[in-house]
Amino acid sequence: MTDDELDHLAGQLSVILGAVARVQEVAAADIAPTSHAVPLTNVFRTDTPQPCLTAEESLAGAPAAEDGRFRVPQILGDPQ
Amino acid sequence: MSEELVRLSAADLAERIAARDVSAVEVAQAHLDRVAAVDDRVHAFLHVNSEGALAQARRVDAGEVTGPLAGVPLALKDVIVARGMPATAGSRILEGWHPPYDATIVERMHEAGIVVLGKTNMDEFAMGSSTEHSAYGPTHNPWDLSRTPGGSGGGSSAAVASYEAPLGIGTDTGGSIRQPAAVTGTVGAKPTYGGVSRYGLIAFSSSLDQAGPCARTVLDAALLHAVIAGHDPRDSTSIDAPVPDVVSAARSAEVSGVRIGVVSQFKGEGYQPGVLARFDEAVATLEKMGAEIVEVSCPHFDYALPAYYLIAPSEASSNLARYDAMRYGLRVGDDDVRSAEEVMALTRDAGFGDEVKRRIILGTYALSAGYYDAYYGQAQKVRTLIARDFSDAFAKADVLVSPTTPTTAFSLGERLDDPLAMYLADLCTIPSNLYGGPAMSVPCGLSSDDGLPVGFQVMAPVMADERMYRVAAAVEAALGTDRLLEQAPAL
Repeated sequence: MTDDELDHLAGQLSVILGAVARVQEVAAADIAPTSHAVPLTNVFRTDTPQPCLTAEESLAGAPAAEDGRFRVPQILGDPQ
Repeated sequence: MSEELVRLSAADLAERIAARDVSAVEVAQAHLDRVAAVDDRVHAFLHVNSEGALAQARRVDAGEVTGPLAGVPLALKDVIVARGMPATAGSRILEGWHPPYDATIVERMHEAGIVVLGKTNMDEFAMGSSTEHSAYGPTHNPWDLSRTPGGSGGGSSAAVASYEAPLGIGTDTGGSIRQPAAVTGTVGAKPTYGGVSRYGLIAFSSSLDQAGPCARTVLDAALLHAVIAGHDPRDSTSIDAPVPDVVSAARSAEVSGVRIGVVSQFKGEGYQPGVLARFDEAVATLEKMGAEIVEVSCPHFDYALPAYYLIAPSEASSNLARYDAMRYGLRVGDDDVRSAEEVMALTRDAGFGDEVKRRIILGTYALSAGYYDAYYGQAQKVRTLIARDFSDAFAKADVLVSPTTPTTAFSLGERLDDPLAMYLADLCTIPSNLYGGPAMSVPCGLSSDDGLPVGFQVMAPVMADERMYRVAAAVEAALGTDRLLEQAPAL
């Protein structure tokens, strides 16, 4: 992000953070947290092969592909 | 003929198509013509699926598919993936992406003979309350083109309100179906979390996101709800239980003896007088119809908005990490010299808009070591207390009611650079997302201050979706609000 963009967002984020910090007013030391509305655990399906995308379909939306694989910028060290 | 067809309800259209009074192709073409005639002003659609829609209509006409909504056109929010159409979620980062698979609800609608007219506009990744955060320009409210249609699903609601489609699909993370419904004078329902599959819904906040119907009548919303709901093994949070009988409830509209809880937290400062007046009238009407009105207090609802704006951005900051410029979507700056990390940063800067950046930064902060307990952890505890408030309230009342939004539709630009003011639009809708129960908005008239639609929200316990349809149908029948849109100015 540019410096101008950061300056603009920083002010807004301070205001938002001040507003959401209101959750700290609630006395909840002994309350268990809720991460999810539906209490589900260990949802499994049977391990049976299903039809899936072909390599061609999977690569169809890739910004760059080569030899049936995603082509990505260098990850380690200097460019080849 | 065409002008008349677009004004029919989904239920009426389906009946006439089944009786062969009119063909599904004629119905689809009438709606495509309507889109062509008015969408330059409304801008509800990001993509119009003319060929796909007509092909599906021909299947219906050939008798290949039947059902209670066969041949009925629908506007699909662009956060749901469907083969043969682009999916952007309102973001530049997905511009031009064609998903290789169908969402479960898209499959179900296809099998039911529903005709998808196209993809509708939305705030980027469903983050917003006005549809102004779309990378593709705002949608306009058909009641007053200088105002917003709400958000994030303003496109689907505006399409339904402007007779471009009798049905729409929205998604609701903090109110994105109900708030646009309220300010466009339409019906919008958020089913129980887990009641409708999220497979193929581009994730914003996975523990809150829920797809649901948009329509002009309560019955139409229920008919669509019945098509899309039900267990899906491809969504691990999908509830494996029978779908509540929402269609019978919407047809009955019987509220005699139903205990209706008015939430005392949702009034007072910040609420437009004209909104409260219409809400109070609707409550009085329900009482006359035999419902028992009780006042209920849900003290932690006052903290729902701040808790939501910690939980949703936290989940979003994780979910949106997948837009890494490697496997699909936008890639910027790949010059064979820059590293993958530099390309990712350039792509995300160019591909995400301001609101998405705000939320990723906020969510990352709330989850970071040292701040986690004070922000995200505390918000999750508040979420527990809000769910308890609901449980306590549902011991005294069968449903809870409130205005859907504190105000009627606001003007384009009015809240764009004031995120907190924008967030307040979802004040009354957020608690049901944190709790997981169903909630819907039904029009209850026009505000006397500005002549704009007011929404009446009905909230119900988890998997008791039929209760909210019953009460919403009673409000609609008593106040005649299924015909409210006839009072909107002609486009």
